[in-house]
Amino acid sequence: MHKIEAVIQPSKLDAVKDALLEAGIEGMTILEARGHGRQKGHTEFYRGREYTVDLLPKIKIEMVVRDEMKDKAVDAILAAARTGKIGDGKIFVSKIDDAIRIRNDERGPSAL
Amino acid sequence: MGLLPLLCTTAALAQTPATPAISNGDNAWMLTSSALVLFMTGPGLALFYGGLVRRKNVLSTMMQSFAMMCIITVLWALVSYSLAFGTGNAFIGGFHNAFLHGVGLAPDPDYAPTIPAQTYMVYQLMFAIITPALICGAFAERMKFSAMCLFLTLWALVVYSPMAHMVWGKGGLLNAALGGKIPCLDFAGGTVVHVTSGVSALVCALYLGKRVGYPREPSPPHSVVLSFIGACMLWVGWFGFNAGSAVNAGGLATSAFVNTHFATAAAAIGWSVAEWIRNGKPSALGAISGAVAGLVAITPASGFVQPMSALLIGLVAGVFCFLMVTVVKSLFGYDDSLDAFGVHGAGGTIGAILTGIFASSAINPMFGAGKPTGALEGNWHQVLNQIIGVAIAWTLSIVGTLILLKLVDMIVGLRVTREEEIEGLDVTQHGEEGYDFGS
Repeated sequence: MHKIEAVIQPSKLDAVKDALLEAGIEGMTILEARGHGRQKGHTEFYRGREYTVDLLPKIKIEMVVRDEMKDKAVDAILAAARTGKIGDGKIFVSKIDDAIRIRNDERGPSAL
Repeated sequence: MGLLPLLCTTAALAQTPATPAISNGDNAWMLTSSALVLFMTGPGLALFYGGLVRRKNVLSTMMQSFAMMCIITVLWALVSYSLAFGTGNAFIGGFHNAFLHGVGLAPDPDYAPTIPAQTYMVYQLMFAIITPALICGAFAERMKFSAMCLFLTLWALVVYSPMAHMVWGKGGLLNAALGGKIPCLDFAGGTVVHVTSGVSALVCALYLGKRVGYPREPSPPHSVVLSFIGACMLWVGWFGFNAGSAVNAGGLATSAFVNTHFATAAAAIGWSVAEWIRNGKPSALGAISGAVAGLVAITPASGFVQPMSALLIGLVAGVFCFLMVTVVKSLFGYDDSLDAFGVHGAGGTIGAILTGIFASSAINPMFGAGKPTGALEGNWHQVLNQIIGVAIAWTLSIVGTLILLKLVDMIVGLRVTREEEIEGLDVTQHGEEGYDFGS
């Protein structure tokens, strides 16, 4: 089992969700986040004081998938979220020790 | 038979009215104006200031305005109306009207001959409420609630009541309408309300010191939306503030209404253009701040100037206050958190001086028919009187505020602790949070 974490542009959320559903991945968690990589922020003015806003709104999608679904999921996200510009985001993949369904205590890949 | 018509005519001629009757139209307008001015404080100012602070302090900021609505009302009813508008000397009234003794439904012929005295009293009360509420902008986000209540109650007695008496009270030193020795033209309270609150605000900002993290850490407004709504309420409510100061529903109220509206629009444009040039973009916060600056500056002038002069006064005030808030504030480094001094103190001062210049006897023959009112008509001496009035307001505000701050600091302590300030005043002073976005 692998955990896939993708930090993407908020405007790409619908496209990525649809692509993942089409690829056969149904379970995911969406978080509203703020952050930046190499993308510069912007300046705002309030009554003459200049503020640099460098924590930009992002969407983080988390999902845990079976090993055989990992590449499909990553490819779906890449295709849907890429614009080619700085700020597209990143995907992180890590190994998961266990997954447990709370409802009936099912464990392992079948719990996904 | 022939004598009867003659007797009737004689009798009719002998019947000159002793006191003018109450005008229902005037009273309706004045009661409406009173409501409009209260509306300026709550929710107008509460929203305007509330939106400008950080989320953790929104309730405490709004509570400051609301506390004034409550405390000043009681104080006014008990004693401060009498101190401001009762008969006394050139500087302060007396205690004759304490507990509103003698202030009933019959008109007071000196102040407002066509409305009940209580209407005039309650109208003036709304001014007494908003003036201390304005000062809160200077010490936002760092003053103890208990200290604020005590300080502003004393301020209402020590600074506001004397100033109101001098400009508007019977026998007041600066009262142009009732024979003051140094007649100042202040139609709706440019000196009484805005200079006093603005200058006192500056003193508070300097005495209390800067907020934790200022100016390194930015503390941008948590909701310009709330401030926007509040500012628009201030604009509408201000028609009661200025046009109501005519104390009747006649042509002078119309002049004040039109002047108020024109100056505000011009000031918002002035500030926005200045900001557009300086920062490259005109902000919503800048536009509404400009509007407030115009409202402040036209306050003393509203019942004295021609409409075209009002446009000019607004434009000048918009640019002037923009420079005060952006350039002068950062130059001197004081933390006037919500620009009470930059907008009200500065706007009120320049408005008072421009009033002396542009006042027109065609609009308001304050010094008698045929006599010039303002400088451009020939009464250049008026500008000097305006400056004196402003100087008295500055002096009274500075001295009174310093003494009271020191006193309250000794009794209660003015500032919250550093930890309380970082955690936020809503939680530490009031035990609540402004927003709960949980399900």
